[in-house]
Amino acid sequence: MSVIVPLPVFVAIPLVAAFLIPLFGKKGKAMATVLANLATVSLLVLAIFSIGQSRTYEVGKWSIPLGINLVLDGLSSLLLLAISVVSTAAMLFSARYMEQYTAKAKYLSLFLLMVTGMNGVVLSGDIFNLFVFLEIASLASYALVGFGCEHEELEASFKYMVLGSIASIFILFGVALVYGNTGMLNMAYISKAIQSSGLNAGLMFALALFIVGFGLKAALVPFHAWLPDAHPSAPAPISAMLSGILIKTLGIYALCRVIFNIFGISVSIGWLLVVLGILSMVAGAFLAIGQWDLKRLMAYSSISQIGYVILGIGLGGLIIARGGNLAWASLAILGGLFHLVNHAVYKSLLFLTSGSVQMATGTRQLREMGGLAEKLPVTRATCTIASASIVGIPPFSGFWSKLILVVAAVQAHFYWVAAIIVFVSLCTLIMYLKVQRYVFLGELPENLQQVKESKGTMLVAMIFLACLCVLMGLLLLVPGLKQSILDPAVKVLTDGLLYSANVIGTQ
Amino acid sequence: MPYALCFLLFMIGLYCAVVKKNMVKIVIGIMVMEYAVNLFLIMLGYRTGGEAPIIDKGHLESADTFAKFVSSSVDPLPQALVLTAIVISLGSLALMISICIRTYEKYGTFDITEIRRLRG
Repeated sequence: MSVIVPLPVFVAIPLVAAFLIPLFGKKGKAMATVLANLATVSLLVLAIFSIGQSRTYEVGKWSIPLGINLVLDGLSSLLLLAISVVSTAAMLFSARYMEQYTAKAKYLSLFLLMVTGMNGVVLSGDIFNLFVFLEIASLASYALVGFGCEHEELEASFKYMVLGSIASIFILFGVALVYGNTGMLNMAYISKAIQSSGLNAGLMFALALFIVGFGLKAALVPFHAWLPDAHPSAPAPISAMLSGILIKTLGIYALCRVIFNIFGISVSIGWLLVVLGILSMVAGAFLAIGQWDLKRLMAYSSISQIGYVILGIGLGGLIIARGGNLAWASLAILGGLFHLVNHAVYKSLLFLTSGSVQMATGTRQLREMGGLAEKLPVTRATCTIASASIVGIPPFSGFWSKLILVVAAVQAHFYWVAAIIVFVSLCTLIMYLKVQRYVFLGELPENLQQVKESKGTMLVAMIFLACLCVLMGLLLLVPGLKQSILDPAVKVLTDGLLYSANVIGTQ
Repeated sequence: MPYALCFLLFMIGLYCAVVKKNMVKIVIGIMVMEYAVNLFLIMLGYRTGGEAPIIDKGHLESADTFAKFVSSSVDPLPQALVLTAIVISLGSLALMISICIRTYEKYGTFDITEIRRLRG
């Protein structure tokens, strides 16, 4: 595939579409929906074309470090692919689902702005520019969480917004400290400056601010309070976007970039990531089992799954920092990143099925449902596939990433970590058996006799993601796919500080 | 010393955002934090007795005057960053205040201890 995709296109397409959509007015709702879907599908195609490429782009021909640059490398293209897959499915789903809300055009605009922000975060090679894109994505997501304008939505949106704003201010403070200590804003040059002069107290403080800020955005466990309110309150496709990809792009991706590529991994930071990961996994899983609200249960399980991702990456970093075997470090990071992509697919599918259930029954409470298996056959089938994936039943996608994590943990002699991974998988099994039992099996309540399966694009979106859930294992098993998609992403993190040399060298 | 005061302002804002029960006061606290960071950025680029970083013909007359200009002018980059940050914080302030107003319409109060439908 030798198609060279200009990098600004990834930001420009959704941005232009977002501002074109309000122009159609009230009558052009169908046109606006088609345009929004075209934008997401074209992003998906472009993301597929850009796999395996790596290059930089200087915005406005200003050479770095004077100007801003966009960097496409393995990790960026992996995230771009995940963002575009989830946003394509969520947009297809919204085409029909959002008919029950007013102001659909505004929704589509905000949705595309969120995609703009996420693509920008992933591509940006300049730390202040990363902050700007992060704010674009966050502001759009605050508004989308409160989109219903009912009691719960507004409360959740306010809570999310307060914590999100504090996180953003911490990140801006960190950027200011980094600029004050190195005199650079370009990530590659900051990394170079840090390598030549070492870390001083100001930079350590900046790193702490980054970890808290991005940790808040990623909802790692001490900072998770906003997520179980915000994610269930949003409309279902937005919950899918938030849980599926937003917390990973703004939180995990940015955190990895800063820790691995700018500051460099150390043993203490590696341990911190492992501990944060384990706390998130265990606490998220325990809290999820007790929930009776379908979407709230899924939101807590997102916290638990994010823990797997950060655990894998942290474990890899820890092994590298200790000077251990690089093969096992790569394997752990591979497990983390593969789990990130898998989780993006199956968690967004789970939230879409919850939207389908909510649209049919009008409730999210597990106790008020039951026996929907016959009434909603497609929703039931896709939900079962997604649940099997998240629990880790072979051959579905979640199994492979968890298997890699366990193998990496055992090989690196972290036996207790492997035990915790397996234990949390069992908790996840309980969670999703509960969903199956209360939603789809059992007695059908009187008032739900008339429910109908959702139609049209909603089904297409769910089936698309369900097929991916089944086929994702191939990403790992087919060597060609693994080499072109996953391996470059892992290499970006294992190479660590070589990032700066790569970026400065390839211009 | 100015940096310590700036950090104190940041902590005051953080305290206000975390401890206060009134939604509007929380918003004010967040904005105080934001301004503290903006102030910090501006101070990073400031030089006592510095001049505005605008080149005119006088500075280009000889290498000497130019070197003097470079060594005495204020760093312009943080000012550009702060402009951007102010625009972003304006956007988020507008959104926060509008959410406060809509919440007040629904609940009839700004007290976050009474706005508690979401639990667990």
